[in-house]
Amino acid sequence: MARFFTAEHEWIEVDGDSATVGITDYAQAQLGDLVFVEVPAVGTALAKGKEAAVVESVKAASDVYSPVSGTVTEANGALEDDPALVNSAAEGEGWFYRLTIADEGELDGLMDEGAYKDFVAGLD
Amino acid sequence: MVGFAGYWMPIQYSGGIIAEHEWTRSHAGLFDVSHMGQLIVSGEVALEALQALLPADLSSLPLGRMRYSLLLDENGGILDDLIVSNITGDEGPAFYVVVNGATKQADIAHIEARLPAGVRLDHLAGHALLALQGPESAAVLERLFPGIAGELGFMQGTSRAFGAATVGIGRSGYTGEDGFELSIPAEHAKRLVNLLCAEAEVQPVGLGARDSLRLEAGLPLYGHDLDTNTDPVSAGLAFAISKARRADGGFPGAGRIAGLLADGPQRRRVGLLLEGSAAAREGSLVFAGTHEAGKVTSGGFSPTLGCSIAMAYVDAEHGAEGTVLEAEVRGRRLPARVVKMPFVPHKYHRKGDA
Repeated sequence: MARFFTAEHEWIEVDGDSATVGITDYAQAQLGDLVFVEVPAVGTALAKGKEAAVVESVKAASDVYSPVSGTVTEANGALEDDPALVNSAAEGEGWFYRLTIADEGELDGLMDEGAYKDFVAGLD
Repeated sequence: MVGFAGYWMPIQYSGGIIAEHEWTRSHAGLFDVSHMGQLIVSGEVALEALQALLPADLSSLPLGRMRYSLLLDENGGILDDLIVSNITGDEGPAFYVVVNGATKQADIAHIEARLPAGVRLDHLAGHALLALQGPESAAVLERLFPGIAGELGFMQGTSRAFGAATVGIGRSGYTGEDGFELSIPAEHAKRLVNLLCAEAEVQPVGLGARDSLRLEAGLPLYGHDLDTNTDPVSAGLAFAISKARRADGGFPGAGRIAGLLADGPQRRRVGLLLEGSAAAREGSLVFAGTHEAGKVTSGGFSPTLGCSIAMAYVDAEHGAEGTVLEAEVRGRRLPARVVKMPFVPHKYHRKGDA
Protein backbone atom coordinates (compact mmCIF):
# COMPACT_ATOMS: atom_id res chain seq x y z
CA MET A 1 0.00 0.00 0.00
CA ALA A 2 1.21 3.48 -0.78
CA ARG A 3 0.05 6.81 0.52
CA PHE A 4 0.05 10.00 -1.57
CA PHE A 5 -0.81 13.62 -0.85
CA THR A 6 -2.29 16.59 -2.73
CA ALA A 7 -1.44 20.27 -2.58
CA GLU A 8 -4.99 20.77 -1.22
CA HIS A 9 -4.04 18.64 1.81
CA GLU A 10 -5.90 15.44 1.04
CA TRP A 11 -4.27 12.03 1.50
CA ILE A 12 -5.03 8.92 -0.49
CA GLU A 13 -3.96 5.43 0.50
CA VAL A 14 -3.91 3.10 -2.49
CA ASP A 15 -4.61 -0.62 -2.13
CA GLY A 16 -4.71 -2.25 -5.56
CA ASP A 17 -7.42 -0.60 -7.64
CA SER A 18 -9.17 0.97 -4.67
CA ALA A 19 -8.16 3.68 -2.22
CA THR A 20 -9.07 5.48 1.01
CA VAL A 21 -9.18 9.28 1.14
CA GLY A 22 -9.00 11.79 3.99
CA ILE A 23 -7.55 15.18 4.87
CA THR A 24 -4.13 15.62 6.40
CA ASP A 25 -3.29 16.43 9.98
CA TYR A 26 -1.96 19.77 8.75
CA ALA A 27 -5.36 20.52 7.18
CA GLN A 28 -7.34 19.67 10.31
CA ALA A 29 -5.05 21.88 12.41
CA GLN A 30 -5.60 24.78 9.99
CA LEU A 31 -9.38 24.29 10.01
CA GLY A 32 -9.73 24.06 13.79
CA ASP A 33 -12.61 22.33 15.59
CA LEU A 34 -14.74 20.58 12.99
CA VAL A 35 -18.47 20.54 13.70
CA PHE A 36 -19.83 19.04 10.49
CA VAL A 37 -18.54 16.69 7.81
CA GLU A 38 -20.45 15.73 4.68
CA VAL A 39 -19.10 12.67 2.93
CA PRO A 40 -20.18 11.49 -0.54
CA ALA A 41 -22.83 8.80 -0.90
CA VAL A 42 -21.84 5.31 -2.01
CA GLY A 43 -22.03 5.14 -5.80
CA THR A 44 -21.11 8.80 -6.35
CA ALA A 45 -18.80 9.27 -9.32
CA LEU A 46 -16.02 11.66 -8.31
CA ALA A 47 -13.69 13.54 -10.62
CA LYS A 48 -10.07 14.30 -9.79
CA GLY A 49 -9.73 17.79 -8.32
CA LYS A 50 -13.51 18.28 -7.95
CA GLU A 51 -15.55 18.63 -4.75
CA ALA A 52 -15.98 15.32 -2.94
CA ALA A 53 -16.84 16.30 0.62
CA VAL A 54 -17.45 19.33 2.82
CA VAL A 55 -15.95 20.12 6.21
CA GLU A 56 -17.20 22.87 8.46
CA SER A 57 -15.41 24.42 11.37
CA VAL A 58 -17.09 26.94 13.67
CA LYS A 59 -15.93 29.70 11.36
CA ALA A 60 -16.24 28.42 7.81
CA ALA A 61 -17.12 25.64 5.37
CA SER A 62 -14.43 24.20 3.11
CA ASP A 63 -14.50 21.76 0.20
CA VAL A 64 -12.50 18.57 0.14
CA TYR A 65 -11.39 17.57 -3.37
CA SER A 66 -10.96 14.07 -4.66
CA PRO A 67 -7.29 13.23 -5.32
CA VAL A 68 -8.31 10.92 -8.17
CA SER A 69 -11.39 10.07 -10.23
CA GLY A 70 -13.44 7.05 -9.24
CA THR A 71 -16.65 5.71 -7.74
CA VAL A 72 -17.33 5.83 -3.99
CA THR A 73 -17.63 2.35 -2.45
CA GLU A 74 -17.83 3.29 1.22
CA ALA A 75 -18.21 6.48 3.28
CA ASN A 76 -17.09 6.93 6.87
CA GLY A 77 -20.45 7.21 8.64
CA ALA A 78 -18.73 7.80 11.98
CA LEU A 79 -17.91 11.35 10.91
CA GLU A 80 -21.57 12.31 10.84
CA ASP A 81 -21.94 11.70 14.57
CA ASP A 82 -18.41 12.66 15.51
CA PRO A 83 -16.83 15.18 13.13
CA ALA A 84 -14.14 15.84 15.75
CA LEU A 85 -12.71 12.43 14.80
CA VAL A 86 -11.07 14.29 11.92
CA ASN A 87 -9.35 16.57 14.42
CA SER A 88 -8.16 13.73 16.63
CA ALA A 89 -7.20 11.21 13.92
CA ALA A 90 -7.15 12.90 10.53
CA GLU A 91 -4.85 10.39 8.89
CA GLY A 92 -6.43 7.32 10.51
CA GLU A 93 -9.94 6.81 11.89
CA GLY A 94 -10.98 10.16 10.49
CA TRP A 95 -10.88 8.93 6.86
CA PHE A 96 -13.63 10.26 4.57
CA TYR A 97 -14.42 7.72 1.86
CA ARG A 98 -13.18 4.75 -0.15
CA LEU A 99 -13.36 4.59 -3.92
CA THR A 100 -12.39 2.52 -6.92
CA ILE A 101 -9.64 4.19 -8.90
CA ALA A 102 -10.75 4.93 -12.46
CA ASP A 103 -7.31 5.80 -13.83
CA GLU A 104 -4.13 4.83 -12.00
CA GLY A 105 -2.25 7.34 -14.13
CA GLU A 106 -3.87 10.10 -12.06
CA LEU A 107 -1.70 9.08 -9.11
CA ASP A 108 1.43 10.20 -10.95
CA GLY A 109 1.13 13.88 -10.14
CA LEU A 110 0.64 13.36 -6.38
CA MET A 111 3.26 13.86 -3.68
CA ASP A 112 4.72 11.12 -1.52
CA GLU A 113 5.04 11.67 2.23
CA GLY A 114 8.48 13.26 2.05
CA ALA A 115 7.49 15.65 -0.72
CA TYR A 116 4.33 16.63 1.17
CA LYS A 117 6.32 17.30 4.36
CA ASP A 118 8.60 19.62 2.41
CA PHE A 119 5.59 21.25 0.79
CA VAL A 120 3.96 21.96 4.19
CA ALA A 121 7.25 23.19 5.66
CA GLY A 122 7.40 25.73 2.85
CA LEU A 123 3.94 27.11 3.71
CA ASP A 124 4.72 28.59 7.14
CA MET B 1 -4.41 36.14 13.31
CA VAL B 2 -6.64 38.09 10.96
CA GLY B 3 -6.99 41.70 9.97
CA PHE B 4 -10.16 43.10 11.53
CA ALA B 5 -11.17 46.78 11.52
CA GLY B 6 -7.53 47.68 10.90
CA TYR B 7 -6.20 45.55 13.79
CA TRP B 8 -4.43 42.23 13.87
CA MET B 9 -6.55 40.02 16.07
CA PRO B 10 -6.55 36.34 16.94
CA ILE B 11 -9.44 34.13 15.78
CA GLN B 12 -8.46 31.85 18.62
CA TYR B 13 -5.73 31.36 21.19
CA SER B 14 -4.31 27.91 21.87
CA GLY B 15 -7.50 26.26 23.05
CA GLY B 16 -9.57 26.38 19.89
CA ILE B 17 -12.88 28.16 19.35
CA ILE B 18 -15.12 25.58 20.99
CA ALA B 19 -12.94 25.23 24.08
CA GLU B 20 -12.75 29.02 24.44
CA HIS B 21 -16.51 29.30 23.96
CA GLU B 22 -17.22 26.68 26.62
CA TRP B 23 -14.64 28.19 28.97
CA THR B 24 -16.43 31.54 28.77
CA ARG B 25 -19.82 29.94 29.47
CA SER B 26 -18.48 28.09 32.53
CA HIS B 27 -15.58 30.21 33.87
CA ALA B 28 -14.25 33.58 32.67
CA GLY B 29 -12.97 34.52 29.21
CA LEU B 30 -10.79 37.58 28.62
CA PHE B 31 -11.27 39.39 25.30
CA ASP B 32 -9.11 42.18 23.92
CA VAL B 33 -11.64 44.43 22.19
CA SER B 34 -9.40 47.48 21.93
CA HIS B 35 -10.41 47.86 18.27
CA MET B 36 -13.75 49.23 19.42
CA GLY B 37 -14.18 53.00 19.43
CA GLN B 38 -14.24 54.69 22.84
CA LEU B 39 -15.61 58.21 22.65
CA ILE B 40 -16.47 60.91 25.16
CA VAL B 41 -19.07 63.51 24.27
CA SER B 42 -19.04 66.38 26.73
CA GLY B 43 -20.27 69.93 27.17
CA GLU B 44 -23.18 71.86 28.62
CA VAL B 45 -25.68 70.55 26.05
CA ALA B 46 -24.04 67.14 25.44
CA LEU B 47 -27.26 65.36 26.41
CA GLU B 48 -29.35 67.30 23.91
CA ALA B 49 -26.68 66.88 21.23
CA LEU B 50 -26.66 63.09 21.61
CA GLN B 51 -30.43 62.86 21.80
CA ALA B 52 -30.56 64.53 18.39
CA LEU B 53 -28.58 61.55 17.01
CA LEU B 54 -29.88 58.62 19.10
CA PRO B 55 -33.38 57.40 20.01
CA ALA B 56 -32.38 56.97 23.68
CA ASP B 57 -33.90 59.01 26.51
CA LEU B 58 -30.69 60.15 28.17
CA SER B 59 -32.50 62.47 30.58
CA SER B 60 -33.67 59.32 32.39
CA LEU B 61 -30.17 57.80 32.42
CA PRO B 62 -28.73 58.27 35.91
CA LEU B 63 -25.06 58.87 36.54
CA GLY B 64 -23.11 55.63 36.23
CA ARG B 65 -25.78 53.87 34.17
CA MET B 66 -25.30 52.43 30.69
CA ARG B 67 -27.82 52.02 27.87
CA TYR B 68 -27.83 50.29 24.48
CA SER B 69 -28.62 52.67 21.65
CA LEU B 70 -28.38 53.16 17.90
CA LEU B 71 -26.82 55.79 15.71
CA LEU B 72 -29.48 56.45 13.06
CA ASP B 73 -29.43 58.12 9.67
CA GLU B 74 -32.17 60.44 8.40
CA ASN B 75 -34.31 57.48 7.30
CA GLY B 76 -33.97 55.65 10.60
CA GLY B 77 -31.40 53.30 9.04
CA ILE B 78 -28.83 51.97 11.49
CA LEU B 79 -25.38 53.56 11.15
CA ASP B 80 -24.09 51.72 14.22
CA ASP B 81 -25.12 50.21 17.52
CA LEU B 82 -23.45 51.38 20.68
CA ILE B 83 -23.51 51.63 24.45
CA VAL B 84 -23.75 55.05 26.07
CA SER B 85 -22.87 55.69 29.73
CA ASN B 86 -23.58 58.78 31.79
CA ILE B 87 -20.21 59.84 33.23
CA THR B 88 -21.19 63.40 34.13
CA GLY B 89 -18.68 64.81 36.62
CA ASP B 90 -17.45 68.03 38.19
CA GLU B 91 -16.65 69.40 34.75
CA GLY B 92 -20.22 69.07 33.57
CA PRO B 93 -22.31 66.74 31.43
CA ALA B 94 -20.35 63.94 29.77
CA PHE B 95 -21.21 60.64 28.11
CA TYR B 96 -18.91 57.71 27.36
CA VAL B 97 -19.89 56.00 24.12
CA VAL B 98 -18.51 52.67 22.86
CA VAL B 99 -19.01 52.04 19.14
CA ASN B 100 -17.93 49.27 16.75
CA GLY B 101 -14.35 49.13 15.50
CA ALA B 102 -15.19 48.86 11.82
CA THR B 103 -17.46 51.91 11.93
CA LYS B 104 -15.71 54.14 14.46
CA GLN B 105 -14.11 56.57 12.00
CA ALA B 106 -17.38 57.06 10.13
CA ASP B 107 -19.23 57.43 13.46
CA ILE B 108 -16.80 60.08 14.66
CA ALA B 109 -17.17 62.05 11.43
CA HIS B 110 -20.97 61.73 11.58
CA ILE B 111 -21.21 62.87 15.20
CA GLU B 112 -18.65 65.68 14.92
CA ALA B 113 -20.43 67.15 11.91
CA ARG B 114 -23.61 67.41 13.95
CA LEU B 115 -22.39 68.64 17.33
CA PRO B 116 -23.45 72.13 18.35
CA ALA B 117 -20.93 74.70 19.59
CA GLY B 118 -19.72 73.96 23.09
CA VAL B 119 -20.02 70.16 22.79
CA ARG B 120 -16.87 68.24 22.03
CA LEU B 121 -16.08 64.69 21.04
CA ASP B 122 -12.88 63.08 22.28
CA HIS B 123 -11.72 59.77 20.85
CA LEU B 124 -9.87 57.73 23.46
CA ALA B 125 -7.62 56.28 20.77
CA GLY B 126 -4.95 55.51 23.33
CA HIS B 127 -7.23 53.42 25.54
CA ALA B 128 -7.42 49.65 25.50
CA LEU B 129 -10.74 47.89 26.09
CA LEU B 130 -10.87 44.48 27.74
CA ALA B 131 -13.92 42.31 28.31
CA LEU B 132 -14.01 39.75 31.10
CA GLN B 133 -17.03 37.53 30.52
CA GLY B 134 -18.48 34.49 32.19
CA PRO B 135 -19.98 33.31 35.49
CA GLU B 136 -16.70 33.56 37.39
CA SER B 137 -15.88 37.08 36.16
CA ALA B 138 -17.30 38.83 39.22
CA ALA B 139 -15.29 36.72 41.67
CA VAL B 140 -12.11 37.37 39.70
CA LEU B 141 -12.62 41.12 39.38
CA GLU B 142 -13.55 41.36 43.06
CA ARG B 143 -10.02 40.20 43.91
CA LEU B 144 -8.47 43.00 41.86
CA PHE B 145 -11.02 45.67 42.74
CA PRO B 146 -12.60 44.81 46.12
CA GLY B 147 -16.24 45.81 46.35
CA ILE B 148 -16.79 45.98 42.59
CA ALA B 149 -19.12 42.97 42.38
CA GLY B 150 -21.49 44.41 44.96
CA GLU B 151 -21.27 47.93 43.62
CA LEU B 152 -22.22 47.23 40.01
CA GLY B 153 -25.28 45.53 38.59
CA PHE B 154 -25.84 44.85 34.89
CA MET B 155 -25.44 48.02 32.81
CA GLN B 156 -23.83 50.01 35.58
CA GLY B 157 -20.39 51.56 35.46
CA THR B 158 -17.82 53.19 37.68
CA SER B 159 -14.10 53.87 37.78
CA ARG B 160 -11.27 52.66 39.99
CA ALA B 161 -7.61 53.48 40.47
CA PHE B 162 -5.18 50.94 39.05
CA GLY B 163 -1.68 52.01 40.05
CA ALA B 164 -1.23 55.42 38.48
CA ALA B 165 -4.03 54.81 35.99
CA THR B 166 -7.80 55.07 36.16
CA VAL B 167 -9.76 52.14 34.82
CA GLY B 168 -13.37 52.57 33.72
CA ILE B 169 -15.42 49.48 34.59
CA GLY B 170 -18.86 48.65 33.22
CA ARG B 171 -20.87 45.50 33.94
CA SER B 172 -21.82 44.61 30.39
CA GLY B 173 -20.61 42.58 27.46
CA TYR B 174 -21.37 40.73 24.27
CA THR B 175 -21.71 37.11 25.34
CA GLY B 176 -24.98 36.94 27.28
CA GLU B 177 -23.00 36.11 30.42
CA ASP B 178 -22.39 38.21 33.49
CA GLY B 179 -19.22 40.17 32.83
CA PHE B 180 -17.36 43.44 32.74
CA GLU B 181 -15.68 45.74 30.25
CA LEU B 182 -12.55 47.54 31.36
CA SER B 183 -11.28 50.72 29.72
CA ILE B 184 -7.67 51.55 30.51
CA PRO B 185 -4.83 53.62 29.02
CA ALA B 186 -2.97 51.28 26.69
CA GLU B 187 0.35 51.58 28.51
CA HIS B 188 -1.24 50.05 31.63
CA ALA B 189 -3.26 47.40 29.81
CA LYS B 190 -0.56 44.73 29.71
CA ARG B 191 -0.20 44.75 33.49
CA LEU B 192 -3.97 44.39 33.92
CA VAL B 193 -4.13 41.60 31.34
CA ASN B 194 -1.29 39.74 33.05
CA LEU B 195 -2.98 40.05 36.44
CA LEU B 196 -6.28 38.79 35.05
CA CYS B 197 -4.68 35.91 33.13
CA ALA B 198 -2.83 34.86 36.29
CA GLU B 199 -6.20 34.03 37.86
CA ALA B 200 -7.09 30.35 37.56
CA GLU B 201 -10.60 31.11 36.24
CA VAL B 202 -9.39 33.25 33.33
CA GLN B 203 -8.37 32.20 29.80
CA PRO B 204 -7.89 34.52 26.80
CA VAL B 205 -10.57 34.17 24.13
CA GLY B 206 -10.36 35.19 20.47
CA LEU B 207 -12.71 36.59 17.84
CA GLY B 208 -14.06 33.18 16.82
CA ALA B 209 -15.68 32.45 20.16
CA ARG B 210 -16.70 36.10 20.54
CA ASP B 211 -18.84 35.57 17.43
CA SER B 212 -20.31 32.21 18.48
CA LEU B 213 -21.07 33.53 21.99
CA ARG B 214 -22.85 36.65 20.75
CA LEU B 215 -24.78 34.59 18.21
CA GLU B 216 -26.08 32.24 20.93
CA ALA B 217 -26.97 35.32 22.98
CA GLY B 218 -29.05 36.63 20.04
CA LEU B 219 -27.00 39.81 19.90
CA PRO B 220 -26.74 41.36 16.42
CA LEU B 221 -23.40 42.13 14.80
CA TYR B 222 -23.14 45.42 12.95
CA GLY B 223 -22.28 45.04 9.26
CA HIS B 224 -23.98 41.65 9.19
CA ASP B 225 -27.28 41.71 11.09
CA LEU B 226 -27.53 45.50 11.11
CA ASP B 227 -26.75 48.13 8.48
CA THR B 228 -28.26 51.28 6.98
CA ASN B 229 -30.87 49.15 5.18
CA THR B 230 -32.16 47.89 8.51
CA ASP B 231 -34.14 49.89 11.03
CA PRO B 232 -34.57 49.40 14.80
CA VAL B 233 -38.07 47.93 14.50
CA SER B 234 -37.30 45.34 11.80
CA ALA B 235 -34.11 44.48 13.69
CA GLY B 236 -36.08 43.66 16.83
CA LEU B 237 -34.38 46.50 18.69
CA ALA B 238 -37.44 48.64 19.38
CA PHE B 239 -36.57 48.40 23.10
CA ALA B 240 -33.74 50.84 22.31
CA ILE B 241 -36.28 53.52 21.37
CA SER B 242 -37.17 54.98 24.74
CA LYS B 243 -40.88 55.51 25.47
CA ALA B 244 -40.44 59.25 25.94
CA ARG B 245 -38.73 59.53 22.57
CA ARG B 246 -41.50 57.61 20.79
CA ALA B 247 -43.95 60.27 21.85
CA ASP B 248 -41.76 63.30 21.23
CA GLY B 249 -39.62 62.18 18.29
CA GLY B 250 -36.73 64.50 17.54
CA PHE B 251 -34.26 61.77 16.53
CA PRO B 252 -33.25 60.89 12.95
CA GLY B 253 -35.90 58.91 11.11
CA ALA B 254 -38.44 59.38 13.93
CA GLY B 255 -41.34 59.71 11.51
CA ARG B 256 -40.57 56.52 9.63
CA ILE B 257 -39.86 54.62 12.83
CA ALA B 258 -43.18 55.76 14.35
CA GLY B 259 -44.90 54.28 11.29
CA LEU B 260 -43.00 51.00 11.63
CA LEU B 261 -43.92 50.80 15.31
CA ALA B 262 -47.59 51.44 14.54
CA ASP B 263 -47.98 49.20 11.48
CA GLY B 264 -45.35 46.56 12.17
CA PRO B 265 -42.34 45.97 9.93
CA GLN B 266 -42.51 44.10 6.61
CA ARG B 267 -39.62 41.88 7.63
CA ARG B 268 -38.15 40.95 10.96
CA ARG B 269 -34.91 39.69 12.36
CA VAL B 270 -35.64 36.21 13.73
CA GLY B 271 -33.71 33.33 15.21
CA LEU B 272 -33.54 30.05 13.28
CA LEU B 273 -32.78 26.70 14.87
CA LEU B 274 -31.55 24.01 12.48
CA GLU B 275 -31.59 20.29 13.16
CA GLY B 276 -28.05 19.33 12.29
CA SER B 277 -24.74 21.07 12.57
CA ALA B 278 -24.38 22.12 8.93
CA ALA B 279 -24.30 25.89 9.14
CA ALA B 280 -26.63 28.27 7.34
CA ARG B 281 -24.26 31.19 7.04
CA GLU B 282 -24.61 34.82 6.00
CA GLY B 283 -26.29 35.02 2.60
CA SER B 284 -28.14 31.69 2.79
CA LEU B 285 -31.64 32.12 1.37
CA VAL B 286 -34.63 31.23 3.52
CA PHE B 287 -37.74 29.67 1.98
CA ALA B 288 -41.35 29.17 3.05
CA GLY B 289 -42.38 26.41 0.69
CA THR B 290 -41.40 27.67 -2.75
CA HIS B 291 -41.54 31.31 -1.66
CA GLU B 292 -38.26 33.05 -0.94
CA ALA B 293 -39.02 34.48 2.50
CA GLY B 294 -35.73 36.01 3.55
CA LYS B 295 -32.01 35.71 4.03
CA VAL B 296 -29.61 34.64 6.78
CA THR B 297 -27.44 37.49 8.10
CA SER B 298 -25.27 35.42 10.44
CA GLY B 299 -25.18 31.81 11.43
CA GLY B 300 -23.02 28.99 12.61
CA PHE B 301 -22.59 26.12 15.00
CA SER B 302 -23.78 26.61 18.57
CA PRO B 303 -21.39 24.79 20.90
CA THR B 304 -23.90 25.09 23.76
CA LEU B 305 -26.85 23.63 21.83
CA GLY B 306 -24.81 21.26 19.65
CA CYS B 307 -26.58 22.30 16.46
CA SER B 308 -26.56 25.07 13.91
CA ILE B 309 -28.29 28.40 14.62
CA ALA B 310 -28.78 31.54 12.57
CA MET B 311 -30.22 35.02 12.51
CA ALA B 312 -32.22 35.93 9.43
CA TYR B 313 -34.47 38.67 8.15
CA VAL B 314 -37.72 37.10 6.98
CA ASP B 315 -41.07 38.45 5.78
CA ALA B 316 -43.14 39.26 8.84
CA GLU B 317 -45.88 36.79 7.87
CA HIS B 318 -43.33 33.96 8.09
CA GLY B 319 -41.62 35.22 11.23
CA ALA B 320 -43.89 33.81 13.94
CA GLU B 321 -42.24 31.60 16.54
CA GLY B 322 -42.56 27.93 15.68
CA THR B 323 -42.84 28.49 11.92
CA VAL B 324 -40.81 25.88 10.09
CA LEU B 325 -38.91 27.44 7.19
CA GLU B 326 -36.05 26.11 5.09
CA ALA B 327 -32.55 27.50 4.77
CA GLU B 328 -30.63 26.77 1.59
CA VAL B 329 -27.17 25.37 2.26
CA ARG B 330 -25.02 24.26 -0.69
CA GLY B 331 -28.08 23.79 -2.87
CA ARG B 332 -30.00 21.79 -0.27
CA ARG B 333 -32.88 23.02 1.86
CA LEU B 334 -32.57 22.32 5.56
CA PRO B 335 -35.49 22.68 8.00
CA ALA B 336 -35.06 25.82 10.11
CA ARG B 337 -37.54 26.61 12.85
CA VAL B 338 -38.19 30.19 13.94
CA VAL B 339 -37.35 30.42 17.64
CA LYS B 340 -37.25 33.12 20.25
CA MET B 341 -33.86 34.70 20.87
CA PRO B 342 -31.61 34.49 22.80
CA PHE B 343 -30.87 30.91 21.79
CA VAL B 344 -29.05 30.46 25.11
CA PRO B 345 -30.56 32.31 28.10
CA HIS B 346 -28.85 35.50 29.25
CA LYS B 347 -27.31 35.35 32.70
CA TYR B 348 -26.85 39.04 33.39
CA HIS B 349 -26.42 40.02 37.01
CA ARG B 350 -29.10 42.56 37.71
CA LYS B 351 -28.80 44.49 40.94
CA GLY B 352 -31.09 43.08 43.58
CA ASP B 353 -30.58 39.54 42.28
CA ALA B 354 -29.34 37.11 44.86
